[in-house]
Amino acid sequence: MRFTELATRNFKEMLRDPMYMGLEIGIPAGFLAIFWSLGRNMGDESFLTTTMLVPGVAVFGFAFLLMFSAMTLARDREGALLSRLLTAPLKPRDFILSYSLPYIPMVILQIAVCFGVGALLGLEMPVNAGLVFLVFLVLLVIGTCCVELGMILGLLFNVNQASAVGSTIITLVALLGGIWIDLKALGGVFYDVGNALPFAHATSAARDIMMGASFSSIAPDFYWVIGYTLVFSALGTFLFRWRMVE
Amino acid sequence: MSYKTNGNRFAIQTFSLSRKFRDLVAVDDIDLSVKEGELFSLLGPNGAGKTTAIKMLCCLLKPSSGTATVMGRDIREDPMAVKQIIDVSPQETAIAEHLNAWENLRLIGGIRGLAKKEVKKRSAELLEMVGLSKRAKEQVRKFSGGMKRRLSIAMALVSDPQVLFLDEPTLGLDPQSRRGIWEHIAELKGKKTIVLTTHYLEEADALADRIAIIDEGKIAALGTPQELKDSISDMQVMVVKAKNIHPDAIEGLKEIYPEVKTTEGGIEIRAKELSFYEIVDYLRPRGVAIQSTSLKQPTLDDVFLYLTGKELRE
Repeated sequence: MRFTELATRNFKEMLRDPMYMGLEIGIPAGFLAIFWSLGRNMGDESFLTTTMLVPGVAVFGFAFLLMFSAMTLARDREGALLSRLLTAPLKPRDFILSYSLPYIPMVILQIAVCFGVGALLGLEMPVNAGLVFLVFLVLLVIGTCCVELGMILGLLFNVNQASAVGSTIITLVALLGGIWIDLKALGGVFYDVGNALPFAHATSAARDIMMGASFSSIAPDFYWVIGYTLVFSALGTFLFRWRMVE
Repeated sequence: MSYKTNGNRFAIQTFSLSRKFRDLVAVDDIDLSVKEGELFSLLGPNGAGKTTAIKMLCCLLKPSSGTATVMGRDIREDPMAVKQIIDVSPQETAIAEHLNAWENLRLIGGIRGLAKKEVKKRSAELLEMVGLSKRAKEQVRKFSGGMKRRLSIAMALVSDPQVLFLDEPTLGLDPQSRRGIWEHIAELKGKKTIVLTTHYLEEADALADRIAIIDEGKIAALGTPQELKDSISDMQVMVVKAKNIHPDAIEGLKEIYPEVKTTEGGIEIRAKELSFYEIVDYLRPRGVAIQSTSLKQPTLDDVFLYLTGKELRE
């Protein structure tokens, strides 16, 4: 398990970067508070309830995670550290795991922040423990999906490009992730694009579970997200193999 | 491809090793043999192909044609086996900035499969060797450039590799830090095979058992530092210290002696036959105030200039 040392290093680099940790906690907490306040002032007609907001903001927060993970990998590639690491007898899969696994605790932390802040703002959790686990699972998978996409961006682009592409994806998630704008209301090509991507499926599945939906009713959305995660993971491994010997 | 030739064990052998980047031939048909335990230097200016050659030997870059072996293992056919026995200190300072020195060494030891106990023991020895024991628990982003380089070299040694690649280990360091690094490298001489790339002449001269002068991807000359200097022993170098050296005088002198170099406070003239009187008689009437003249022994700089027609700029 040689990759664990590298994974540990990547985790420590995150923990020791106060800016990163501040954004990791501050972004979901801040967005939740702002939209909760907006929803409250809009009155009873508003869809910005904590039940709707918490899963949506969690998905939105993962888009930032995507950008950070891309930039971390791109920065290591630009510096000589990754070159040095690539001279070690590690396989492409080891590298992908080393760079993506440390973000899983961050995904869990972000879910915890969203639900913690949501609880303070009056979020009602599903009574069934199975549904709580299911919503956690859906968010964990979309979080992992974002990290794997971050790996791809980090392997394809330099730091500045990864930041720019990451910002574009964040905007895309905000607009087409079904978080604040109903995809059906957008209609046309925007609906098609949003529906083809995994973000709206994750948002929809998590919200439905929060409102008591069973696994079978959210299964198509869930599998859609899992499919993307597997494809991104395989593509990341392929790209790492390509990058290992330029 | 033999691992042993005429009784010598070769740590590295290259066989028509080449690498092209579209139209640019970075490494051009290189055939080299580095003996086990030798400190071998690739000397050349920036862009000569040194780092490209090292990257191929470290399996980071595929050769366009040809191949090489490291301790008998082929870089094309068995890169994982090559990676098991090498380590590298890259040109840029390749360290994890938010980790401390201990953690950086543990990282490299860990990914190279060393047991934790062994990493701990070797790390303590190496930190002592490079003089970083007292600051081992500080995050390395607070280190100076020289300290980072020393740590980078220690990281390359933690797995006790059979073959060590040092790519421009003192690039950009001040003279004092550079000499400190030289001492550490000198301590390793004879203990393991080291390939050192540099464009600092004194570095290659002071450290290397043998030097390959590389220019435009080709090996221009190969030998011990003394052999290379002896190869141009029939070349004379005259150093003229003078004031009021103006371009017209230099240009005119170049018509008599093509190899004239301006230095700080003087000029250097290289030729197989030099005439003291001819030079003085040429410069004086043109207003150049000569303070002193001397003949000097050829240096590697002279060898490089003689072989390539170019200078190695520091």
